[in-house]
Amino acid sequence: MSTASKTQAVSNPNRRLISLSNLLPWAFAALFLLCLPLIFQSSSALTIMNQMAITIVFALSYNMLLGQGGMLSFGHAVYMGLGGFFAMHVMNMVEYEGLWLPLPFLPVIGGLFGMFFAFLIGSFSTRRAGTVFAMISLGVGELIAACSIIIVVFFGGEEGISGDRTMGPEVLGVDFAAQSEVYYLTVIWLLIATVLMYLFSRTPIGRIANAVRDNEERAEFLGYSQRRVRWMSFIASGFFAGIAGSLFAINFEILTEENLNLATSGSILLITFLGGVGFFVGPIIGAIVFTLLQTVLGLYTEIWSLYLGILFVSCVMFFPGGFAGIIAMHRRPLALGKLNLLFGPYLKVVIPALTSVLSLAAILEISFHKRHSFGDDHEMSLYGITFDSHGYQALGFTIVIAAISLFLVSRILPSIKAAWDEANHAGDAQ
Amino acid sequence: MNKFKSLLVGAVVAGLGATSAMAQEKIRIAFIDPLSGPFASTGNQGLSIYRHAVDELVNKRGVLLNGAAEFEIVPFDNKISAKESLIQLQVAIDQGIRFIAQGASSGVANALTDAIKKHNKRNPDSQVIFLNHSAVDPALTNDKCNFWHFRFDANADIKMDALTDDIAGNEDIKKVYIIGQDYSFGKAVAAAAVRFLGEKRPDIEIVGNELHPIGKVKDFTPYARKVIASEADAVITGNWGGDMVGLGKAVMGAGFTKPIYTYYGATSGITANFGDQGDGIVKLAGAGQVNPPLSADAEAFTTSYYEKFPELDLGQPQMANVAPMLAVAINEVGNADDVKAIAYALEGMEYDGILTGKTVMRESDHQAIQTVTVQGQTSEGLTFDYDNSGHGMIAETIVELASADAPTTCKMKRP
Amino acid sequence: MALFLVNILDGLVTGLLLFMLCSGLTLIFSMMGVLNFAHASFYMLGAYFAYQISTITGFWMGLLVAPIIVGVFGAAIERYGLRRVHKYGHVPELIFTFGLALLIEEVIQFFWGKSQMAYSEPEALNFAAFAIAGNSFPAYKVFMIFVAMGLFLTLLYILTKTRIGMTIQAALSYPETVQNLGHNVPLVFMGVFGVGTAMAGLAGVIAGPVLGTFPGMAVQLGSIVFVTIVIGGLGSLWGALVASLIIGWLQTFAAAYNVAMEDILTAVGFTKPENIWDHPLQDLWTLTLPQIGPILPYLLMVFVLVLRPQGLMGKRET
Repeated sequence: MSTASKTQAVSNPNRRLISLSNLLPWAFAALFLLCLPLIFQSSSALTIMNQMAITIVFALSYNMLLGQGGMLSFGHAVYMGLGGFFAMHVMNMVEYEGLWLPLPFLPVIGGLFGMFFAFLIGSFSTRRAGTVFAMISLGVGELIAACSIIIVVFFGGEEGISGDRTMGPEVLGVDFAAQSEVYYLTVIWLLIATVLMYLFSRTPIGRIANAVRDNEERAEFLGYSQRRVRWMSFIASGFFAGIAGSLFAINFEILTEENLNLATSGSILLITFLGGVGFFVGPIIGAIVFTLLQTVLGLYTEIWSLYLGILFVSCVMFFPGGFAGIIAMHRRPLALGKLNLLFGPYLKVVIPALTSVLSLAAILEISFHKRHSFGDDHEMSLYGITFDSHGYQALGFTIVIAAISLFLVSRILPSIKAAWDEANHAGDAQ
Repeated sequence: MNKFKSLLVGAVVAGLGATSAMAQEKIRIAFIDPLSGPFASTGNQGLSIYRHAVDELVNKRGVLLNGAAEFEIVPFDNKISAKESLIQLQVAIDQGIRFIAQGASSGVANALTDAIKKHNKRNPDSQVIFLNHSAVDPALTNDKCNFWHFRFDANADIKMDALTDDIAGNEDIKKVYIIGQDYSFGKAVAAAAVRFLGEKRPDIEIVGNELHPIGKVKDFTPYARKVIASEADAVITGNWGGDMVGLGKAVMGAGFTKPIYTYYGATSGITANFGDQGDGIVKLAGAGQVNPPLSADAEAFTTSYYEKFPELDLGQPQMANVAPMLAVAINEVGNADDVKAIAYALEGMEYDGILTGKTVMRESDHQAIQTVTVQGQTSEGLTFDYDNSGHGMIAETIVELASADAPTTCKMKRP
Repeated sequence: MALFLVNILDGLVTGLLLFMLCSGLTLIFSMMGVLNFAHASFYMLGAYFAYQISTITGFWMGLLVAPIIVGVFGAAIERYGLRRVHKYGHVPELIFTFGLALLIEEVIQFFWGKSQMAYSEPEALNFAAFAIAGNSFPAYKVFMIFVAMGLFLTLLYILTKTRIGMTIQAALSYPETVQNLGHNVPLVFMGVFGVGTAMAGLAGVIAGPVLGTFPGMAVQLGSIVFVTIVIGGLGSLWGALVASLIIGWLQTFAAAYNVAMEDILTAVGFTKPENIWDHPLQDLWTLTLPQIGPILPYLLMVFVLVLRPQGLMGKRET
């Protein structure tokens, strides 16, 4: 079974692993992340950024399976959750049994436990790829999620288990009570984990994982056991998932069944795919966009998950490369020096496209309000306008706007397509 | 400065922070419950009761700080997840909200009470109060009690006390079958049932006491068969949501015609689903009552609720007490900023609940003591029905100040 | 003994209901190689459509019309969604149906809200058909058994005795050859997907009143359907039947008998610790069979996949 991801991740193998041009983006990212709290100071903003960082690590570890290894897992939350639960127990041992362990090193422990379970379960689940792997991951996921309710001693039942991160020895005078201190801890681990995962994708085993994904038999002929390669990727992925789980434990100081269940496993698939499985940065983009959608869109609208569903399905249908894929599509025009050809058409389409998206969303919002608002609550406000959602004027108006803007978009599309073809044409400019 | 800050944060958590020009001071209560997803109906019902109580009992009457302030309910969707609740808690605190209300799911309540305890310890200048309106796990006011948590609902033990009074008074009941969801609340219900029945009617035989996986049972028929086979005279269950509908329908469908004692066997589509079959069979133990109305005031309050929210139900009467009691505490302190003083004012407060009669916030464990009723499903003599189905619950056994002297293991540490 | 008999019958109802879902899923899989993650969502759609129709014209019209609507909807999804994704490969197809399942659940909530619908069995079947030792067996469940059996026999007949069935079976093994012979394979695919989803819709119509019609009904059944066809062997109709019945009985009997771990451990010779709630092995001691009932199918699936990846009666892997 082959996968769809037409990855370009494997770039020129002759390039040296460490060079200035390689290091520069990382340095920028690190600097940017460390400066972020100067802009967003409130602890809720920090919490959301921490949440983002955790999701990034988790999504990257998931992509080690899906993107690099071609293994579709419906139960990856298990490794993050188990890592997190163990980290939480260790945190409690620090508090109650006087175990000496500074908090910043906790993720290593969680990672090792995640790795251990990946080792165990991977020993039989990675024998085959494709549907069998997907189904085993689903079964194991459901099993462990169900066990978390039954085994109360370890998982704490539906309440989960909680701890207090501030009880460990102080590190450089920091006790991690404040959200900003936790942010720096999380970000440093985010950078470490990301660099390690990036390096892993550059190691021979990471590259062979790609080969196995693309053609199992050919990889076997080259002398690599496809099963072994998958198992190795799986173990590494479990390690980083465990790190994400420990970071979760540190941030939220509680782990519940939710950290293990199918819904979490499903959403990480969604995040990774939205971001783009074929690219290393894909899951990072996906995690950022998803967290923002969830927290910010969730504040504005009750039907945020409907939008998410629509976005996801249309992404699978029209842009299987995800967000990163869309960005990467522009690499060729950039290399040809023809990116400027695209600016005009893009600029032309942006307003009608935005209007159509907003007006389509408005149609959904108004119909939803009309259907589910309470009793005589006809008043509704959208985009800062307050109106009567039960009258036909508002709905009619938005439908007209949507129709006009969609028509405009459909008129502009051919010119974009022409410009696109031109920009990707290797011949002379103009 | 607050405005400036909220503008900065705006990029991430905008939307609710910016309040419009205000004539009166708005005192905000963050309502953190599921407003989307499978449990949204529970959250929306609670939100409607809060809003109605705030409008009718506080804002319209101008009682808050002599009319100088008004309550505003700010909804936050926690998607019934502990993690989301903690994030929303953080967002609410950042917006300057100091009163946090939550109730759907004891699991979430446990996470919140723990997080609030830590937050208040770590951030003494932005302390918050946790108003728990319906999470009934007894542990919250026993082993896990803390100063910042106040429970307005009767906890599982109190409800079971009233419920077993009803059973004890029924001489026809000789055998009881206990079944519940396999988690802390289901276990608490089962333990309380065994304990109270043992005290009140040692002659009753408990012919079944079992737990089933929560939310995972597709078909309750095998369980119903066991109930029938045990020849039980009554069933006790703490099930809620889909597990309540599934169990109730299966047991009645298998030919059971004796009482089924529940905690949550009404509203949110459950009453409509039971329909005629449930009349005279389904019983529910809960705080306060809607039928028959306690007073003319209560009837007017309920009538106007149903005018405003015809598709929802006033299924949790004790929720109407939360905001008004908070208002009394704020009035006593004289401002809404000294959270610690407000918490002290809430302790031991006596209040005349519109649907719950005389209500006391017990000082020792912050558990509200109020009227608890055992209600039966019927379609006759109702002032208000549920689910617009023509069926509803009517109070049959009424216990005022129920379990006022119940022991608690709470050792409250006061700041 | 009487109770045993009742449980056999209850398990049969559960199993046959599962089979109605699994048959469509396995048919779609064997034809198109697509594991339709959204299959249970079509089951949910069937229940909701039937509920909506039943509020206007009564149950029987819903029974007839709702599966057809679901089938047409399914065919449209195949034509305009799945076919598009097909060219990217199997994993994206699986991801597409996964997204579809999420989307359908949201759309259902958009239209019908989140509460349980008051969808109930028709008055004509609302009586106890017979009773065994005080346990009444509703006539509606007898009706369910007949519908499921009828579906199975019809399906078997069509697949083995008719021309269409032959074409389907041929397209299964040699799609190119069949196409070269002048058959329109894409059309066959669309038809199979439509029929498969219509069968899921039919299952929803008849299960809705018994198991409840609410937005979580697809998720509740979704993964178990997968498990069943994986155990039975992907693509095998008989395997789906056998596995459905096994799982139906497994779940019924697991819930019906309170086998407690305590009894087993004591019988083996261990003694129960005094203060069980402080004991590290408390969960082991208090474990009962009904508690682990719902996870037994997953356990069974993992075992089957590890030991016999093609399933009980399957002929091929993945």
